[in-house]
Amino acid sequence: MASVTTTGSEIQTSTPAPPHRGSGVRWGAIGSYAGIAAIVIWCLAPFYWMVVTAFRDVGYTFDTTPWPTHVTLDNFRTAFSTDLGNHLARALVNSVIIGICTTAIALIVGVFAAYALSRLQFRGKFIVLGVVLGASMFPGVALLTPLFQLFTNIHWIGTYQALIIPDISFALPLTVYTLTAFFAEMPWELEQAAKIDGCTPGQAFRLVLLPLAAPGLFTTAILAFISSWNEYLLASELSNDSTQPVTVAIAGFTGAQPHQEPYTTVMAAGTIVTIPLVIMVLLFQRRIVAGLTAGGVKG
Amino acid sequence: MASGTGAATVETPTGMPEGRERKRNQNRLAEERLGLYLVLPTLLLLGVVILYPVVKAIVMSFQKDAGIDPATGMFVEGGSAGFSNYTHWLLQQCTTASGQTVSCPPGTLGSQFWDAVAVTIFFTVVTVVVEVILGMLMALVMNRAFKGRGLLRASVLVPWSIPTAVTAKLWFFMFAFDGIVNHVLGTKILWTSDAWPARFAVIIADVWKTTPFIALLLLAGLQLIPDELFEAARVDGAGAWQRFLNVTIPLVRPALMVAVLFRVLDVLRIYDLPAILTQGGGGSGHATTTLSILVVNQIRQGYNKASALSTITFLLIFLVAFIFVKFLGANVIKTQESQRKAAK
Repeated sequence: MASVTTTGSEIQTSTPAPPHRGSGVRWGAIGSYAGIAAIVIWCLAPFYWMVVTAFRDVGYTFDTTPWPTHVTLDNFRTAFSTDLGNHLARALVNSVIIGICTTAIALIVGVFAAYALSRLQFRGKFIVLGVVLGASMFPGVALLTPLFQLFTNIHWIGTYQALIIPDISFALPLTVYTLTAFFAEMPWELEQAAKIDGCTPGQAFRLVLLPLAAPGLFTTAILAFISSWNEYLLASELSNDSTQPVTVAIAGFTGAQPHQEPYTTVMAAGTIVTIPLVIMVLLFQRRIVAGLTAGGVKG
Repeated sequence: MASGTGAATVETPTGMPEGRERKRNQNRLAEERLGLYLVLPTLLLLGVVILYPVVKAIVMSFQKDAGIDPATGMFVEGGSAGFSNYTHWLLQQCTTASGQTVSCPPGTLGSQFWDAVAVTIFFTVVTVVVEVILGMLMALVMNRAFKGRGLLRASVLVPWSIPTAVTAKLWFFMFAFDGIVNHVLGTKILWTSDAWPARFAVIIADVWKTTPFIALLLLAGLQLIPDELFEAARVDGAGAWQRFLNVTIPLVRPALMVAVLFRVLDVLRIYDLPAILTQGGGGSGHATTTLSILVVNQIRQGYNKASALSTITFLLIFLVAFIFVKFLGANVIKTQESQRKAAK
């Protein structure tokens, strides 16, 4: 991080210079590039190491050559194999089912609340905003004990609904919160215009605003899906072998020997779980950054 | 709270043509009703998935766990426990086989409570401080970078998008005795089984995963600062450090406080990383057992004691949130409202 300090002090030395500065710009630029390089390496190196290890022969697990060596696809085959009691493929399906159901429920219910909170004046609005904010910071562990007992009593442990219902507790506040921020930035004159043209508030919402809001809705859906996809605490206690999501499956991955961690297989499984997410996030990075920060800055 | 505007309009019809005024009141009332109808499903659903379990947990926390009654030797179904489930944790009062109340012996979950509180707070303070400093440095670099901005944003999003369970397994591999971390540092540290290395392993992994989030929040705050302010400060002779202290920090403060609040509440409930990376263990056996891990460990040894513990955890987080909101949070919602009005 020393590079960053260089950048800072460089501004100081080039203080009185006009916009096009001489050597100051060059040193500033070098410091800036060093800072960029430091950040990129720090963020990507562990991820890179996971992918390299995933493609590395199990006999060379702890090989420290920084580039790919002993490349093989065996780890991916082992990761998907069910011989050792691991069910990665089934866990992927489970995570998709849980993620899609949670996201759909949160979005369908949350979109109305977000509209009201960003658009309408009504009594108790601030209380509702406070409740949503509070709910988004609620500790999952406080739900676990009562839900564990309840679901045990009604024989719901290991069912999909037992995994989807608790996920709504954080996906719904997240959805309402992010959508409210998105909606607050939309061109509201169009709604006024629609109302003047004779639309009711409901029609103005459906015909004018919803199409405009589609990008925000889409981003919110991705954020809600990721939050559900990443959930581990509740799923680890409320799922069983046939409904467990990928996070639980990977945490409990077993190898051929009882006390020997199957590192390369786990890295392969981790790569499989992570790559679709990384691709999705990189494709929509602008929107996702906007969605992540909208709440923080506007809120 | 927000009732002022609604009520005021209803009561002041003087000086206005009656028809127009009534129409306006009707619109007002229609908007009020629509607003309530639209937020109702969200509130109901949150009531089912959050309020019901919380109330149930509180009720459970005042009941005895089923077990053998030490006095009679009979199996009992529970019954009222008063505050004994709370004193069990807070005052370390355990019941022995002969029915006496003694301080919890080492090795029982009850005796781990204050260690878990200390470790949870230690994790919170250290990770948030380190993440804010690193996040600010990252945000400053990103704010200055023009050419590499796309690459920066993309790489910063990668740690954020990896599921915590995978992050934990990834660092578990890198922190292995023969792993890359010991190799690069030239050390022979037992990262996941010695007490302090295990704690720092959790902290390092958490810092890696969540600093990008803070950096993005701070970057958004930085980008709202108009360049003219820096120019003005520069013309007035302020150096880079002075500009950072007197222009950047005050203006980025709202974004910073929100980021800190989010992160503090997030680390106070931390579970995935210490549970998977170090199994809550290290050193004495529970060196990285946070409050959330302790609750999960307790569940199978008695729901009601676990409920008391999760209620204590919840109250701790609520208290911290309350302290934060007292200092800055009141304007979390107000800022939004004023910006909304300004945008009109």
